[in-house]
Amino acid sequence: MSHYEASIREPLINGNKSYHDITVDVAAPVEGKANKKWWIAFTIALLAFLYGIACIAYTIGIGIGVWGLNNRVNWAWDITNFVWWVGIGHAGTLISAVLLLFRQKWRMGINRSAEAMTIFAVFQAGLFPIIHMGRVWNAFYVLPLPNALGSLWVNFNSPLLWDVFAISTYLSVSLVFWYTGLLPDFAMLRDRAVRPFQKKIYGLLSFGWSGRLKDWQRFEEVSLVLAGLATPLVLSVHTIVSMDFATSVIPGWHSTIFPPYFVAGAIFSGFAMVQTLLLIMRKVSNLEAYITRIHIENMNKVILLTGGIVSVAYITEFFMGWYSGSSYEDYTYLSVGAATGPYWWAFWALITCNFIIPQSLWFKKLRTNYVWSFFISIVINIGMWFERFDIIVIDLSRGHLPSSWTMFSPTFVDVGIFIGTIGFFFVLFLLYARTFPVIAQAELKSILKSSGDNYKKLRENNHEQ
Amino acid sequence: MYSFSKKLKISAIVFMILGALGIAYGFLTIPNSIEEVKQLTEQQNQGHNEANAANVIEQNPNHAVENGKEVSEAAKTEHLTHALHSFQNRPYAAIFIAMFFFFMIALGTLAFYAIQYASQAGWSIVLFRVMEGITAYLLPGSLFILAFLIISVANGHYFYIWMNPEYYNPQSELYDEILVGKSWWLNVPFWMVRTFIFLLGWNIYRYFAVKNSLAQDAGVDLTHYKKNFKASVFFLLFFAVTESMMAWDWIMSLTPHWLSTLFGWYVFSTLFVSSITVIAMVTIYLKSKGFLPQVNNSHFHDLAKFMFGFSIFWTYLWFSQFMLIWYANMPEETAYFTPRLLGPYQLLFMGMLLSNFVFPLLLLMNSDFKRIPWFIISTGIIILLGHYVDIFVMISPATVGNHWQIGIPEISSILFFLGLFIYVVFNALTKSPLNAKGNPFIKESEHFHY
Repeated sequence: MSHYEASIREPLINGNKSYHDITVDVAAPVEGKANKKWWIAFTIALLAFLYGIACIAYTIGIGIGVWGLNNRVNWAWDITNFVWWVGIGHAGTLISAVLLLFRQKWRMGINRSAEAMTIFAVFQAGLFPIIHMGRVWNAFYVLPLPNALGSLWVNFNSPLLWDVFAISTYLSVSLVFWYTGLLPDFAMLRDRAVRPFQKKIYGLLSFGWSGRLKDWQRFEEVSLVLAGLATPLVLSVHTIVSMDFATSVIPGWHSTIFPPYFVAGAIFSGFAMVQTLLLIMRKVSNLEAYITRIHIENMNKVILLTGGIVSVAYITEFFMGWYSGSSYEDYTYLSVGAATGPYWWAFWALITCNFIIPQSLWFKKLRTNYVWSFFISIVINIGMWFERFDIIVIDLSRGHLPSSWTMFSPTFVDVGIFIGTIGFFFVLFLLYARTFPVIAQAELKSILKSSGDNYKKLRENNHEQ
Repeated sequence: MYSFSKKLKISAIVFMILGALGIAYGFLTIPNSIEEVKQLTEQQNQGHNEANAANVIEQNPNHAVENGKEVSEAAKTEHLTHALHSFQNRPYAAIFIAMFFFFMIALGTLAFYAIQYASQAGWSIVLFRVMEGITAYLLPGSLFILAFLIISVANGHYFYIWMNPEYYNPQSELYDEILVGKSWWLNVPFWMVRTFIFLLGWNIYRYFAVKNSLAQDAGVDLTHYKKNFKASVFFLLFFAVTESMMAWDWIMSLTPHWLSTLFGWYVFSTLFVSSITVIAMVTIYLKSKGFLPQVNNSHFHDLAKFMFGFSIFWTYLWFSQFMLIWYANMPEETAYFTPRLLGPYQLLFMGMLLSNFVFPLLLLMNSDFKRIPWFIISTGIIILLGHYVDIFVMISPATVGNHWQIGIPEISSILFFLGLFIYVVFNALTKSPLNAKGNPFIKESEHFHY
């Protein structure tokens, strides 16, 4: 790391903070008591979660037919939500791993929450591959385990099997990466705890971290290695998810651009979700000094970039649909047929939410505006849900054979399970926000002297002399 | 200030002369008649066995597959006519491959440069003049490309086969409905206009970026820096769209029936990793001659990391494109990979994975190795050779077909454009001081340690 920082770089920590201030601010939500609003939010999330569980139980008890699927559209909300949740998870790894490789210091204010979001989102995603099975109780057959059926094995040619490996590896690596980063912060909470119970808990969680030189050295190396491994992992996970579609021969699904395009879309939607959560968190947890305007602006820039990549992919898909000269391509999710067909509203929702509205982020006034950023982030979350819905449902509803053209409409169970996963996600996230150090204080302290506003001012005054 | 060493200058000129002679030789030895082709193919077939019978000849999209050994007399003549066209294409293909290879290095460097501006990178400022020097090749490179494309339109030598008017004539035997369907995009005037717009846009950005960068040296405030920042962002936007189209127009349209949505991005990955490699190699050369005192081995380390990372990225896109087509195995798509995977290009096609993926992966994994100049240079040579082969495998099957060789025309073309590249780049480096001292991040870059 350089010992010199250009004066035109903006401070990343505001409010004249010292090391101690950072500790106190990060520990405050954990050490304090939950207020009424938290309990209200938690109750709503919990109720949604319970409703979701009821819907899942109903599905498993009665059968998959309670969903709106039919013979032709045999994937719809289930896989849409699966891809949507996996996509949301990707921003966390991008922030913690890719931005670490690119030495982006602004990552440190937001990485902890982004990683938490990853893990909670992958939990939700992981539900769908299981519950969308007709025979959930046979789910363990997807694992290549020696067995009494003459050692009946799995077929490694299916991208759905690759999904199993991708998602489970992704979840475990993300967990380890996140947990390693938490060790010094749990140790901080342990050392500050006054009540014996909390001391015990955080003492267990922090694995006896004592912050010696050798420990830190290893810690940094492990972080770097894990970041180096997590980066190809994050690319490959959504690539494999995209191959669920791209390896098929269904018009609109079979497209070689899907792997990088899905990854870009994942980062796009994931950053939107980080934005949604952090804009609220910085207010309610009083972290405005650490999640500053520049953090929000930088995230908006990443959203603009990945939104741009996704848009180029849209243009490519659209172009190739024409260029191929195939009449089947007329009905696929980015084509004239889709724009005017029975799902025109889903098509235009996608174009408006992902392509048109995010372009407003080109204006600095808007991308530094908190309210607008919040609005945009919600819009993108909706738009990216529609992107997956369009890819899956429009393509399936109008295939090669006109006699099997059909429509899809969800039942209350489809909707209920989706609402349930949103509830579950927020249950986990709300609990996290009250028990975990939501900012990586140890990392933040490493940039205080280079990027704190007080130190920056000090340096400027010294130069002027 | 850098001074162009005499030795290097003379070698560049020698390369160009030797290359030009070899290119001329390539054109002079083109077979002119079917008889000559017969002799040539017999010579070649002595080495090959007859297993090549299943190979695809993509010269004529109507006759995509040519198998079966018992062919009629008419078919034999037709086959030989294709072969004649392939042989006639060879020197053109050799030039185009080498020309595009060096052009894409300049273009990719420009994109890397713009990214450094747009991302406000603090480490790479001391390399800016090196990058500006490399992009000096963009203009001559563009002119060569433009000239080549105009010639390919003018003399109708079957390079871009969709230009053959017979395919669009309903009375003709060659009438091709698929090509007629594409003629709204693949028609010569529109195609030339697009090419012109791409080249113009890229060169305009290059011109103003370098101008502002030099003006910033003397600047008291950051006006020129800010201008460049904005210009870079908009260039990247323009580049993202035009680079894909360029790949479709110049390369993908060589096999006009085939399409792949990923193709533009795949070409980008080739272009980008080659450029970073060249930036590293030129930097190391200049450093070794004592011209870049501010550059330290942390800068090498970062460049080598990019070489490593984007080699893997290239492999990712290569695999994504290949695997998805292999897996779905739709005839109109696999026609592209048949000659490459199973046909006469198999060795090159699989071999480039070694030099584009395996070697960089193994050699540049260790962080100490990434700081050792000779290590970076030797890996760099492997990477560049691999990406030349990559371009070769993109272009040759569609133009030269089964009769590919890497002989005098190919090597001479490389030599000619290599000489030109060295001459233009190092000549440009003498024009301005090698330290972009007015840049607001220059001090960060000079103190950079990792």
